[in-house]
Amino acid sequence: MSDGPAVCVNRVSKEFRLGGTAHLGLKNLLLRSPEGRHDHRRVRVEALRDVSFEIARGEWVAMIGPNGSGKSTMLGLIAGVLHPTSGTIEAHGRISPLLELGAGFHPELTGAENVLLNGVILGLTRAMVRERFNKIVEFSGLGDEIDRPVRTYSSGMSARLGFSVAAHVDPEILLVDEVLAVGDEAFARRCLDKLRSFHAAGVTIVVVSHTLTLVEALCDRALLLVGGKLVAAGPPAEVIATYRSRIAG
Amino acid sequence: MCAGDELKARNPEPTHPLQQRVDLVLVLLGKELKVRYKGTVLGYAWSVAYPLAFTLVFYFVFRLIARVPIENYALFLVMGLFPWQWFQNSINGANGFLLANAPLIKKVSFPRSLLVLTGVLNDLVHFVASIPVIVALLLWSGGRPTAAWLWQVPILIVIQFGVTYGLSLLVATANLFLRDLERLVGIVTMLWLYVTPVLYSWDMVPASIRWTRWLNPMALVIGSWREVFAEGHLTPEVVAAAAGWSILIAVAGQLVYRRLEWRFAELV
Repeated sequence: MSDGPAVCVNRVSKEFRLGGTAHLGLKNLLLRSPEGRHDHRRVRVEALRDVSFEIARGEWVAMIGPNGSGKSTMLGLIAGVLHPTSGTIEAHGRISPLLELGAGFHPELTGAENVLLNGVILGLTRAMVRERFNKIVEFSGLGDEIDRPVRTYSSGMSARLGFSVAAHVDPEILLVDEVLAVGDEAFARRCLDKLRSFHAAGVTIVVVSHTLTLVEALCDRALLLVGGKLVAAGPPAEVIATYRSRIAG
Repeated sequence: MCAGDELKARNPEPTHPLQQRVDLVLVLLGKELKVRYKGTVLGYAWSVAYPLAFTLVFYFVFRLIARVPIENYALFLVMGLFPWQWFQNSINGANGFLLANAPLIKKVSFPRSLLVLTGVLNDLVHFVASIPVIVALLLWSGGRPTAAWLWQVPILIVIQFGVTYGLSLLVATANLFLRDLERLVGIVTMLWLYVTPVLYSWDMVPASIRWTRWLNPMALVIGSWREVFAEGHLTPEVVAAAAGWSILIAVAGQLVYRRLEWRFAELV
C-alpha cells in the first residue's frame, strides 16, 4: 500500500435529479402533463458543489454542518455507493460503513444469522465471519440473545450488533454516520473506546456528527459543510467556532 | 496530492474475491430460503402448492371443460408449468430483489447484480424441489426417468437460467427508473404464458404460425423440458436456438445493468 492519502476528494459536485422519470410515472410521461414536467422533471438538487479535500491515512475527521448540507452525501460518495456528477474521488483501503441501526439486518433471522449476513455483505468470506464470531458477539454484549430473532431486539440492541460486526471486518477506512447517538451510555462509551483503538491502530475514520463536544474532544480535524460547500477545514475547535458564529449570525 | 484523476476502484480486491462473492450469494440465498417459510407449518409443501394449484385449475378448465385432446394432461401440464413458474416468479419478483434490499444498496458498495442472481437462484431451488412431483406423475402414468436426465436437465437449467436472469436484471434495473414497470411486467408475463405452449402443445398451433416459436425463447425451453421429461430426448436445433437466445438475453441484461448501476443508490 502506498503512503498517499486515504481519501482524495477533488472538485466534487453532486446533483440529484429529483424524480427524474422514476417518480414521474408512466401516466405523466405519456400524457406529458405540463405540471408533471414542470414540477418533477426539471428539479435538480445540488447536494455538493465543488468540494475538495484530502484525508490522510490514520486521520480522524469529522464532517459537521446543518441538516441538508451534504454530509451524508459525502459519506455515500466516499463509500462508493454514490457517484459524483463531476470531479473525482479516490479512496485507498477497505471501507467499512457503519450501518445505521443494523440496516442490513433481517428481522426474522436470529442475531447470529444476521452477523453472518452482514459480515459477507461487508466483504468477508463465511470462514472469516466464523473466525470472528465469538469476538463479535462478545463485543455486542448480547450474550444468549444472539440466537433470538432480531425482530425481538430493541433498537439499541440492533445498533450494538451492527456496530460490532462493522468493527470486526478489519476496516482501513471507517465511515460513521451519527450512529453513536443510539444505545445506552455504557455501550456508547465502548464504541468510543473501540473507535479510539482503531485510531491508535492507524485506521482512517470519517464521522458525520452533530455532537460537537465529541468532535472537539476526539477528532484530528473537522470539515464544515454548509449548503453543499466546504466552508472551513482545520482543527476542530476553530471549525466549530466558525460553525457556531455562522449559526448565531 | 492525489495520485491521479482516474476514479479508482473503491474497495481493493479482497484476498479471495471469487470466494467472497460465492459466499455472499450463498448467504443471501440461505436467508431467502430460511425467511420464505419461516413461521409456516407446512414449509416446503408451499413451494409445490402453488404450481399444483395452477395445475388443478388448468386441468379443470382445459381438460374437463374445454377437452383439450392431450393424453395424460395432468402430467403434460406439470412438465411445462413447473419450469414456467420458475421463469414467471423470477421476472415478476425481480423488482423486489433490489427494492427489498434498499438499505444495503444505499450504504454498502457491493455488486448489486448478486441480489438479482440470488432471487433467480431462489426460484430455481423451488423449481428443482418440485421435480419429484413431476417424477411421481410420470411414474404413475407408466413412464420413468432416464439416465440421460443427468446431463439434459442441467443443460436446460443453464439455458433457462440465462433467459430468466437476463430478463430479471433488465426488469429490476428498468423498474428503478420507471416504477410502472412492476405492473406492466405482471401483465406481460401473463400474456407470455398464453403464447407459450405450456397449456397446449405446439402441434395444436396452426401450421402457418408455428414458426413463431423460434422468436419465443420460452417456447423453445418449455418444449425441450417436455421432451426431456417425457422421452429423455433433446432436439439439437431447438436447444441451439434456445441457447442462443439465452446468451443474447443474459448479455443484454448485463450490459444495461452495468450502464445504469451507478445510479441505483439514488433511486431505490
